[in-house]
Amino acid sequence: MQELIDLALDAAQRRGAGYADIRIVERSTESLTVKNGDLAQAGSDRSAGFGVRVLVDGSWGFAGSSQLEADEVERVTRDAIAIATASGLAMREPIVLDDSPPVTASYATPFAEDPFAVPLDEKLAILFDADATMGRTRGVTVRSGSMEAAHERKTFASSEGARIEQELMEVGAGIEATAARENDVQRRSFPQSAGGQHVTGGFETVRAMGLADNAQRIAEEAVALLDAPQCPSGEMTVIIDSPQLALQVHESCGHPIELDRVLGMEASFAGTSFLTLDKLDELQYGSELVNIDADATVPGGLGTFGYDDEGIVAQKVPIVAAGRFVGYLTSRETAPIIGRRSMGSSRASGWNVIPLIRMTNVNLRPGEAGTLDDLISDTNDGLLLSTNHSWSIDDRRLNFQFGTEIGWRIRNGHLAEMVRNPTYTGITPRFWGSCDAICGPSEWVLWGLPNCGKGEPMQTHRVGHGAAPARFRGVQVGVGQW
Amino acid sequence: MVADRTWDRPALESILAHALSLVGDGEAEALFTARDAALTRFANSRIHQNVAERDATLRMRVVRDGRTGVATTNRLDDEGLTEVVARASATAAMAAPNPNGAPLADPLIALSDPQLGFVPATARADPDLRAAGARAVIAAGDAANLESSGAFSTETGTLAVANSRGMWNAHTVTQAKLLTVMMGENGASGYAQAFGSDVRALDASALGDEAAEKAIRSREAIDLEPGEYPVVLEEYAVATILEYLSWMGFSALAVEEGRSFMELGEQIMGPNVTIWDDGLDASGLPSAIDFEGVPKQRVDLITGGVARAVVHDTATAARAGIASTGHGLPAPNAFGPIAWNLFMAPGSSAKEVMTSGIERGVWVTRFHYVNIVHPRRGVLTGMTKDGTFLIEDGRITRPIRNLRFTQSIPEAFSTIEAIGSETRLVAAEYSGINARVPALRIGRFNFTGATAAEAGA
Repeated sequence: MQELIDLALDAAQRRGAGYADIRIVERSTESLTVKNGDLAQAGSDRSAGFGVRVLVDGSWGFAGSSQLEADEVERVTRDAIAIATASGLAMREPIVLDDSPPVTASYATPFAEDPFAVPLDEKLAILFDADATMGRTRGVTVRSGSMEAAHERKTFASSEGARIEQELMEVGAGIEATAARENDVQRRSFPQSAGGQHVTGGFETVRAMGLADNAQRIAEEAVALLDAPQCPSGEMTVIIDSPQLALQVHESCGHPIELDRVLGMEASFAGTSFLTLDKLDELQYGSELVNIDADATVPGGLGTFGYDDEGIVAQKVPIVAAGRFVGYLTSRETAPIIGRRSMGSSRASGWNVIPLIRMTNVNLRPGEAGTLDDLISDTNDGLLLSTNHSWSIDDRRLNFQFGTEIGWRIRNGHLAEMVRNPTYTGITPRFWGSCDAICGPSEWVLWGLPNCGKGEPMQTHRVGHGAAPARFRGVQVGVGQW
Repeated sequence: MVADRTWDRPALESILAHALSLVGDGEAEALFTARDAALTRFANSRIHQNVAERDATLRMRVVRDGRTGVATTNRLDDEGLTEVVARASATAAMAAPNPNGAPLADPLIALSDPQLGFVPATARADPDLRAAGARAVIAAGDAANLESSGAFSTETGTLAVANSRGMWNAHTVTQAKLLTVMMGENGASGYAQAFGSDVRALDASALGDEAAEKAIRSREAIDLEPGEYPVVLEEYAVATILEYLSWMGFSALAVEEGRSFMELGEQIMGPNVTIWDDGLDASGLPSAIDFEGVPKQRVDLITGGVARAVVHDTATAARAGIASTGHGLPAPNAFGPIAWNLFMAPGSSAKEVMTSGIERGVWVTRFHYVNIVHPRRGVLTGMTKDGTFLIEDGRITRPIRNLRFTQSIPEAFSTIEAIGSETRLVAAEYSGINARVPALRIGRFNFTGATAAEAGA
């Protein structure tokens, strides 16, 4: 492999690259889906290849191929140089990288039980057990469960002398019950929607999820939702549970702190950001209870790694401190623009694409409001909203609207009747400014989102968000009519 | 092997036939996909990302005694093929039997022109061509004092499927897409997109002019109180709605599972609404076969507002006792079939006069970040973007700030008052779905929120 790395980096510099790097990545995944009592899908994928990124006279070029052979490495490097040269046809200021020193290092995800070594029938037993339990609830029309494991081995080397080897292990699982009747369909998921919970780690995490233990509850809730009253409309106090709040952090904090968005580099696709450079260290993003970090070092996070895809060591940096906006996610290209070094959030979803600024684990720190039960007891009138169902936010990440799978009225400090089709909407800083309580560490969960999309060609990446349930005042709920 | 830019039949046969020959007992399917793609991206009126990739993947499905295993690899030498077949076979051996599993497709020959949707000029497109297109767009923005962002992509894709029942079908297509968002002072924002099989048909300068003109007109927008308004939706906005109608309800599995708004045989939209899927229409972005190798059939989804049919893969077709319509994704899967070559019938209205008679309404260029709120009732939410205007007394008077809608689409499409006489091919923002659609004037459309001026902090 070293010969191919040298071949690419030498050829790139010989052809005029002021900087070059190569990533060689092999990713293996296994996935299982059980649906309505049948094994709907059992698969294993392997994809390997390499990508060469070059900076020629201040312009980027990148090319990748699945064929890791000397001739192809030379061709791909030539292509990358030609592409960078073409980029120079429409250039303003040359791109300058920060002065982060190159490192030689390695990293491996810690785990106890290799998910790829667990026999298939043992994995299926977990899913079939949960499926059978959901199937015992009358009225459930569709039930499904899924499980994934991924192993990624990657090498990064640069013309500056960096050489990093990493092995990442990921697992995920979840179940879902759907009930449909006449003009309605309702769904409940556990432990999270959109495929369940995902972490870096081993199969011990899946074993501890308790899929079967929660199957009956979500099945019954899906059926009960069909007869539940519609979520009320108006301004209310809401408590948002941990999995939904994770997505709220993702959309209204994680994306707008990406410095490439702020600088207009994503304007034609995902949009820009309301957190413009003048807001740094100035804007009161939320109430003083709100503290948010970007932490690529926290164990188990889906955005946890040793080094990013530009060779920068994983870090924990403050984003919101006592409600004030204090930090961005950055890369080696963008950090110098705000007078900083990269904080290590440049990530590529595969060998075939360039690294972009991506979330690591963007976490809302726990507060001091105790348990969820404590918080409900402390709420006279409101709504508890649980588990994401739909999401939408504007191009500057200000105007959001979420739907959750289920909600409950809170009356006099107690959970009351269930409500269906709950939705809430707001404007990001106003919403976070209305936060007056966050549950404590015992309720804090680090959720993994395996489906974050960004960039063109679009990269689907894996990120994490820690959150504990929190309370917000005066939130618009029950949006729309149908 | 992967270094070949095009995959002719002998090259494909050598891989697929060899892979199938390695399977031994049972049934098997070999699904081959190859992609040679490049994209030049610009922002702040300069090229800032510029990439190319070349990949080819073989996906093997092995079925033995009702047990199915699937494995993929992008290593296509003999060792790679042997390994992927072994992996699929091992998974099948350990898998639980599924009596309801997706059957392999029976051999049906795709009769379409093998050159359908393939344009050599697109396959040959190089970085200089894409850079020239980006520069032309940027020049239009510069002339209007606007910052230009966008992407110019070209791609050649090959899909080939063979199975042990004798199925053999392959199709290679090209696509080119150029889009831009232009922004400037006082909230100026405009959008334009061109898309198709032939890169030569993309007029970068005209595209730049379209976006610049829209951006200039959108300066100094005012707030509009959310509420129910008549709207004129440009083709970009209509295409996004059709994309989400497809996600929500055009699939047979969605109907089976009771989550589709498609009540077959019922009048679910106005009598002036006709929507179909046709992978063989050259005025769209053709795809002759699906991922099970089944030739594409035209499916009339909604005719005269009546829900007529949904698309099928082999699994849903088998349960329904009919033939697949050729809309399968790689099987087996839990997602079901998908309609991705959509068309909506044009009407007789010129887009320019669609505002006529609207006392107070909204003109929408496009939607952003649309998502499904309630699939059974066809409810979507999303934001307007890059050119939203107030209509007063029959004409556009002022730009307005972006609005959020939350709306049942079958209900909205029951109040269509005018349909454009021209159609435009639009690529979906986040998926492979494409749609050729007209502009629409809709009587009632529910805006539920706004990004008002004070929200901008």
